[in-house]
Amino acid sequence: MSAERSIARRMLANRAFLALCLAATTAAMLILAVLLVSIFAQGWDGLSWSFMKSLPSRKAEKAGIWVALIGSLWVCAICALVALPLGVATALYLEEFARKSRLTRLIQTNIMNLAGVPSIVYGILGLTAFARMFGLFGTNRDEALTFGDPESLFFVRLPFGSSVLSGGLTLMLVILPIVIIATQEALRAVPSSLRSGALALGATPWQTAWGITLPAAVPGIMTGSILAMSRAIGESAPLLVLGGALFVSGAPDNLMSDFAILPLQIYNWASRPQESFHAIAASAIIVQLVALLLFNGIAVFIRQKLQKPLQ
Amino acid sequence: MSATRASITMSTEPKSMPAADTNPGPSATAATPAAKPAHAHGHHVEQQLGKPGTAAPASAAMTAITVRGFSSWYGSFQALKSLDLDIPERQVTAFIGPSGCGKSTFLRWINRMNDTIASARAEGTLELHGNDLLASNLDVVDLRRRVGMVFQKPNPFPKSIYDNVAFGPRLHRSYTRSELDQLVEQSLRAASIWEEVKDRLHSSALGLSGGQQQRLCIARAIAVGPEVLLMDEPCSALDPKSTLAIEELIEQLADRYTIVIVTHNMQQAARVSDQTAFFFEGRLIEAGTTETIWNKPKNKQTEDYITGRFG
Repeated sequence: MSAERSIARRMLANRAFLALCLAATTAAMLILAVLLVSIFAQGWDGLSWSFMKSLPSRKAEKAGIWVALIGSLWVCAICALVALPLGVATALYLEEFARKSRLTRLIQTNIMNLAGVPSIVYGILGLTAFARMFGLFGTNRDEALTFGDPESLFFVRLPFGSSVLSGGLTLMLVILPIVIIATQEALRAVPSSLRSGALALGATPWQTAWGITLPAAVPGIMTGSILAMSRAIGESAPLLVLGGALFVSGAPDNLMSDFAILPLQIYNWASRPQESFHAIAASAIIVQLVALLLFNGIAVFIRQKLQKPLQ
Repeated sequence: MSATRASITMSTEPKSMPAADTNPGPSATAATPAAKPAHAHGHHVEQQLGKPGTAAPASAAMTAITVRGFSSWYGSFQALKSLDLDIPERQVTAFIGPSGCGKSTFLRWINRMNDTIASARAEGTLELHGNDLLASNLDVVDLRRRVGMVFQKPNPFPKSIYDNVAFGPRLHRSYTRSELDQLVEQSLRAASIWEEVKDRLHSSALGLSGGQQQRLCIARAIAVGPEVLLMDEPCSALDPKSTLAIEELIEQLADRYTIVIVTHNMQQAARVSDQTAFFFEGRLIEAGTTETIWNKPKNKQTEDYITGRFG
């Protein structure tokens, strides 16, 4: 009798817990649905080819996201080109070469901490280190060094100022710890028997890492890095600190050009009083969401495609 | 010689085997050099015949590995206590003993795989053909080319069958395509797996069965042209049929390589080995020809162990 009652009570608790979990999930989905519906309702009509291709304008109906979209691409490309080699090399060193000492543990802890630092802090670092270069090379209006013609693709100056290069490098700082941690985890997942196998054939530690461990870790590295990139594409705070260039007339010509990025363009339009700008901000958000979805989709695809032969 | 060995492998009664085997006394060893060239083929032939001493019908086999007063530690734990042993050239030497007795540790000193463990250190004499294997300036890359290793669990690289075998040779020098093709074929033939994989050399090695993977790992070890093959319980993860295939392979390979095998399978030790060394709690209790150890062990502990009274 008492056993039956105990079972009934446990079943009740089970159902109550199930209902609680379901409610939590529903709440999250509802909030997301409200956001998506309101954005699509506002922005769907504004989406058009001319909206994608148009330059910024003071009139909402003429304005487009071309400059911001291309700016975002430039920044993300620079960010990826610098962050991936640096991050992967750091992780390789820490996992495969460095002896486990107090120093490497300290570095490890710091990388973990850096991954959690608010991105605006990186903006300040980027401003000091890249945009102003600690004031070592004069001010932004009076550059100490310039190379090449300001109109050409290969124009470089010191300091970098609030240029697309500074922006990319600053975002690199934001995602570097994430890339390092993702790569380390991917390397740790490679069975140590593969390393022993290579070493026993007379491979040097470098040949083992480059020929066996790294290729086996590529799927994990790619997934982690693409997720890091999808964070980079959505970052706005560090770049706001860096330049505050909210109105740029054209897409970047070279690494030293001023730039706009999609998240800041959205911020700019959404903060204006006119309703018509809110509508195109919503359209821009849709573009941003599609870009994010694309990145995550690629990450999933690569994981599916590359991880199979390892299992 | 090979025919006798094959018939031994088929036998099921371990006690009768050493009796059936030709004594590795004068008659057997005298016959060996004459029989060898018939079995040896490919690039190993010149290497082997060119060596002084191999053609001489010595009464006892040449010593490949000399061990005198050898001790080793992991931190403060002494894993091996003052070993003295001669491992003869081109014979199969089996290390037996209960788990944790130090036999695998000793095996991993012969190709210095223990270098990957920071706390491991050793003292005493360990020589391969007179070369000090414990010298701090020893080129471990070259040593591991000369001393190959096959691990407990098959550990093929997540690459094609071809690339698995070609990985080792490519580490040490560059080959033309046809040289490499030839070397891969020779190695796979020597490991008795060529017929099974010749039509799918470029498909993943991970698609092979466990026994095939282990023979592939043996082919991979052979491909770099070693003198010694270390096998650390090579059949413990395999089914009986694959085990038989590996044992037959070991018989064949013993004509060309010095083989040291660690095994927990007493019958296997009896079937495949010429020499047996019994380890217990870090000490080498008894070593000698397999039939001596098997039929009239001098030591009570050895007798208890091989008859299954403990361990």
